[in-house]
Amino acid sequence: MRPATARRMALVPDPALASAKLAVRDVARVYRSARGGKVSACADVSFEVHPGEFVCILGPSGCGKSTLLNMLAGLDRPDRGDVLIDGHPIAGPGPDRAVLFQEPALFPWMSVAGNVDFALKFVGVPKSERRDRTMHWLAKVQLSRFAEAQPHELSGGMRQRAALARALACEPEVLLADEPFAALDAQTREILQAELQRVWLDTGKTVVFVTHNVREAAFLADRVLLMSAPPGTIVEDRAIDVERPRNVDDPALARVVAGIHAHLIEEVNKVVAREIGSA
Amino acid sequence: MSRVRSVLREVWPRLAAIAILVAIWQLVYQSGFFDKVVLPSPLQVWRALGHDLGNGVIWRNTESSIVRLLIGFTVSVAAGTVFGLLEVASSFFERSFGSLVVGLQSLPSIAWLPLAVLWFGLSEQAVLFVVIIGSFPAVALATMNSVRQVPPLLQRAGRTMGASGWRLYRHVVLPAAIPGYVGGMQQGWAFAWRSLMAGELIIASANGLGGLLTRSQQNLETPTVIAVMAVIVIIGMFVDLAVFGTLDNRIRSRRGLLVHQG
Repeated sequence: MRPATARRMALVPDPALASAKLAVRDVARVYRSARGGKVSACADVSFEVHPGEFVCILGPSGCGKSTLLNMLAGLDRPDRGDVLIDGHPIAGPGPDRAVLFQEPALFPWMSVAGNVDFALKFVGVPKSERRDRTMHWLAKVQLSRFAEAQPHELSGGMRQRAALARALACEPEVLLADEPFAALDAQTREILQAELQRVWLDTGKTVVFVTHNVREAAFLADRVLLMSAPPGTIVEDRAIDVERPRNVDDPALARVVAGIHAHLIEEVNKVVAREIGSA
Repeated sequence: MSRVRSVLREVWPRLAAIAILVAIWQLVYQSGFFDKVVLPSPLQVWRALGHDLGNGVIWRNTESSIVRLLIGFTVSVAAGTVFGLLEVASSFFERSFGSLVVGLQSLPSIAWLPLAVLWFGLSEQAVLFVVIIGSFPAVALATMNSVRQVPPLLQRAGRTMGASGWRLYRHVVLPAAIPGYVGGMQQGWAFAWRSLMAGELIIASANGLGGLLTRSQQNLETPTVIAVMAVIVIIGMFVDLAVFGTLDNRIRSRRGLLVHQG
């Protein structure tokens, strides 16, 4: 355990973490509930994400996994502990970290291409380059034909693809995803998982992907971080050594899923037991 | 062709209702229950309308009313927008002046007229004052609510792209608030139109539809009174449906906010 004073000096990049793209150290976050009580979202969470790594955070609902993602995005701050990018504390949101939300969050007053173009404009890409880059990324997610469509004219899956194109077009170093496929039907979800894997293999971004779906986590991740019942901490850090590109029906993957699932069920049961106990 | 048919389908129930009302009116007229001076027949009103349109009386008065309305409405949209945005920016402003404006809305704008007459005399300014005070709260409230109701998710998305402060407002929050804002303008317009008519009516201004109504009543020109009432309704509906309705429709359909009727 390092002394607290050393942790405070996070402004100086820590050589021990030089290899980590993202680092979360001893992070805790407490929310006030509507009834005035305190709800601990996560407690003493520490992990690192290496450059180019695909990490899934998996856990029962309420375990604070979205809270962690929001802190990495700079949309929320820890009450205790440090959240670092390249060894520097994350002070706020920024275009170096693109975020995919559960809802596509496309701007409804712009076309699909307009949405991508808007993001590029904000990052400061000159107008002359924007059109090509927009079309390049829309092609990558197979939406070229829908460039001029309005978001509401697309299906849920297509909207989420558009959101992915918008996120990646800015060429962020990190992609943060908060259950982006949770609202989609099972088939669309599988197609998008495969597509995300393909795009990730192409681009080699650092990805942190939050999900409550074990199969999704096992299919996508290099490493799965399993979180406990709330207040969430990381109870397992498991590397997924299955070759890529992966196939959902790979038996090796099925074994991994079974292993994680057993552990996750234990955690979910704790939540259930607590809820029943307090009722 | 199908467009004509769909317009017809929209319009015919209204035409039917008007036809039934006119028929009842004609029957009451023929029954002799009211003196013919105070209740003219539909035909007499129709002729009065034609006559006053023909000699330019209605056009002239409509023009003065519309000019007043445009001035008053422009001022109240500008003031209401600024006020609404201040309410968004400062919770103190909202809880202090904002709550006063909510109270103001429960006071019919015409109740300001006696005071306005004391301040400005029986003048143009008195009417304008009533128009502005009548429509400004609706615009202010709609501005505030439309900005407040912008989904937080869109703001978060904008922030993750590096937008913050004024840029976030200019490019994400304000565009997202436009449908609600236009709805507020529409409501403000309706308040402005009613306040204007009431103001003109009471001040009996030398020009304007409200004044024409009062003068016709004083001269016992009942057919003109009813004809002018019809003109007021038609203008109000035209602006509401054709101007704001079309604008609202265009904005909403572009954003997929329209519920299409099968």
